[in-house]
Amino acid sequence: MRNLAALLAGLVFGAGLVVSQMINPKKVLDFLDVAGGWDPSLGLVIASALAVTAIGYRLAWRASRPAFDERFQVPTSRTLDKRLMIGAVMFGIGWGLVGLCPGPALAGLSLAHPSVYVFVAAMTVGMALFEIAQIVRLAMKGSRTYK
Amino acid sequence: MVTLALPVTSFDLVRSSMENFTPLSAIIGGALIGVSAVMLMALNGRIAGISGIFSGIATAGRGDRSWRLSFVAGLVAAPLIFGFVAGEMPAIEITSSWPLIIIAGLLVGFGTRLGSGCTSGHGVCGLSRLSLRSIISVGIFMIVGVIAATLMRHVFTGGTGSMG
Repeated sequence: MRNLAALLAGLVFGAGLVVSQMINPKKVLDFLDVAGGWDPSLGLVIASALAVTAIGYRLAWRASRPAFDERFQVPTSRTLDKRLMIGAVMFGIGWGLVGLCPGPALAGLSLAHPSVYVFVAAMTVGMALFEIAQIVRLAMKGSRTYK
Repeated sequence: MVTLALPVTSFDLVRSSMENFTPLSAIIGGALIGVSAVMLMALNGRIAGISGIFSGIATAGRGDRSWRLSFVAGLVAAPLIFGFVAGEMPAIEITSSWPLIIIAGLLVGFGTRLGSGCTSGHGVCGLSRLSLRSIISVGIFMIVGVIAATLMRHVFTGGTGSMG
């Protein structure tokens, strides 16, 4: 049931990206590019999604647990560190350069657009590089404690 | 509409917004994204953050992977299904060069992992929870995104992309 629920949620998410045209990087760039031809649509998409989620989450949390799992898993970290901010800067640059973020990039895979394949491949490599960097960092930390 | 890129007159802004702005589809599409986020929370107790769900396919524990694959499968299938029903595939317009696409992809991949989220996880789910981390993250990536996109279209393209 968890898989079916996730599949349905994925379908609805993808439908939202298609209906709002956020699957199209040009539409995203028309919002981010504020110097002429500005298109406020993306802002309205986020506002609408936020309104539904803010109300829906609070209704969902009235239950003691989710329907198909044992507990709600909500991020608990509150630390405002360099990682959060540098990560946001890197993501912002990448997003602004081409107009693709992870959701629309993955949803666009089915539309056989070579640029989207290349982007998703690069994005996956970027995520893998992060995991490798984590391992290297931990290893270096470990070796330091042995000295 | 070939004018200097900056500053934009308020008249230009209003006129061009009327040309491109699609308020109704934005509201409906955004609501669907919200419904998806609520479904995933109410049914599975999870945050609908795409970068986290996607990277978790490889990094999460054993029993924590199949729902992620299912979600991504739905996400990938949606535009196809939508296209068949509507009789027309959704438009994707990308004019960026290959090196730029690769650099952007690497930055998005690494940055979303380092910063623990993207437009969906921080932007929709985090902001709706009033998470301070998400508010700061969204503030940063929006401002940086605006700067990057505006510079890219008006400064680094030799003027070809100066007007939509």
